[in-house]
Amino acid sequence: MAAWGHGKRVLVAWAVLSVIATPLVAVFLGPAMPPGNASEQATGQVFDNAVMTSIVTPIICLLLVFFVYALSQFRHSGGELVDGPPLRNDNRVQLWWMVVTSVTVLFLAAFGTYELLQTGSGGGQGPDPIAKPSGAANAFQVQVIAQQWQFTYRYPSLGGMETAQLVLPANTLVELHVTSLDAVHSFWAVELAVKADANIGVDNVAYVKTKGARTFHVRCAELCGLWHGYMFDNGQVMDSSQFASWASGQKKIFSTVAKYVPKYARVYYPDPQRRAG
Amino acid sequence: MRATGWKLLGVAAVLAAAGVLIGLYVGKLETDAGSKPYTVPVTSQGGHPVVDLTIQTVAAVGPQLSPGHPDFVSYLVRDTQGKWLRRTVWRLPANATVHVTIYNFDGNSGLRNPWFGRATGIDGNAFQLDGKATDGINGDDASHTFAVPALGLIVPIAGVADDAKNQCGYAPCALSMAHHTITFTFHTGKAGHYRWQCFVPCAAGWIYGFGGPMQTIGYMDGFLDVA
Repeated sequence: MAAWGHGKRVLVAWAVLSVIATPLVAVFLGPAMPPGNASEQATGQVFDNAVMTSIVTPIICLLLVFFVYALSQFRHSGGELVDGPPLRNDNRVQLWWMVVTSVTVLFLAAFGTYELLQTGSGGGQGPDPIAKPSGAANAFQVQVIAQQWQFTYRYPSLGGMETAQLVLPANTLVELHVTSLDAVHSFWAVELAVKADANIGVDNVAYVKTKGARTFHVRCAELCGLWHGYMFDNGQVMDSSQFASWASGQKKIFSTVAKYVPKYARVYYPDPQRRAG
Repeated sequence: MRATGWKLLGVAAVLAAAGVLIGLYVGKLETDAGSKPYTVPVTSQGGHPVVDLTIQTVAAVGPQLSPGHPDFVSYLVRDTQGKWLRRTVWRLPANATVHVTIYNFDGNSGLRNPWFGRATGIDGNAFQLDGKATDGINGDDASHTFAVPALGLIVPIAGVADDAKNQCGYAPCALSMAHHTITFTFHTGKAGHYRWQCFVPCAAGWIYGFGGPMQTIGYMDGFLDVA
């Protein structure tokens, strides 16, 4: 069969598969993608994931169709191996290939940049964030302190108390200040769609607008040593009354060590320990 | 078989051999003296499992217990014959009461985060420091911590004064030498594989004080194998 005959078959099979698969991905798979719907940032990420997966679906379909077609049609069936016909350029195919791939990549770049500025505030943006959500000036502040190998959390508006568990009030814009006391870590509140590197001496700011009460997972996403794999815990989003009650209890527990803990600051430079240097 | 087939077979054989070697290496790590589990003897009180766990912390583990790293800071556990073992994976029964005694012969290094100077996750959120009930210490005075994050357990361990007489050089250290005694009780709860660690950057000469013995099971880290 002529090369163009094979090409037509592949194109038809690809078009049919793409027309079927792309809407299915957009309608059913997209909304079910992680990280879920626990925060406004998470909802934004689900939308981004759904759009990008839908766009990539026809590309995957083309690869699959060509792969299966090549396996089934371009098989050597006995006799001596001989060279195939020489390859020739086809300017139309080349032009369309460049146009389609360029448009796709440029669209994804523009879409990604726009979305990063609109709903990307869950990612760590350094000490001077660009993508600030509305109401950021009045956000509830929580500091995330990473150390080998546990996260702890300080609440500057609650007397600087420090806790082992991250608890946040529901339906509240939270400004997270992520830092480290030793190695490089990465704070990842999975279902809240927050991920920010924790570096010693750096105040990495991320935002999250919580929704209803729920639990979520916290993990370290940067290989940080022996117990990196164990550097995880569960956080909670609580209704305001529950949160107030929890905070009151934590303040009492914290009071026993408060006098030893340094005053709240955006970053800490612990005194060199004798052995650590 | 064609040449391509032989090549593929050769690649597969090399990959399989590499897998076996990696498996053997991991197996060696697992059976290394430091991470070999120690089953803590259990007694029963009214049908309830009770465990007495006696450990010591030392500035240098010494050539007898760690020929390869005699200068590593380390935890040791005491067996029923009173012998000190360099084992940090401890098998404990589920839903048991664990009475812990720690003899610390090491000086203070100081906590990087003083928040870990507060005791939690133990009975009364307080421990006995040389017989005196205490709920926390100044982070600068900490020599080590015994912490099991998944159980919310943190116990800070005060260090021996710099000018204390008769300090221990190498483990195992005798109780006649300068030390602090810390006792507390906790409960194991449900079965699980819980890691424990020290939060004090006490590894001399390592970056951030958290290398070497702080990142090698068998010295300042281990597991509670609760079954």
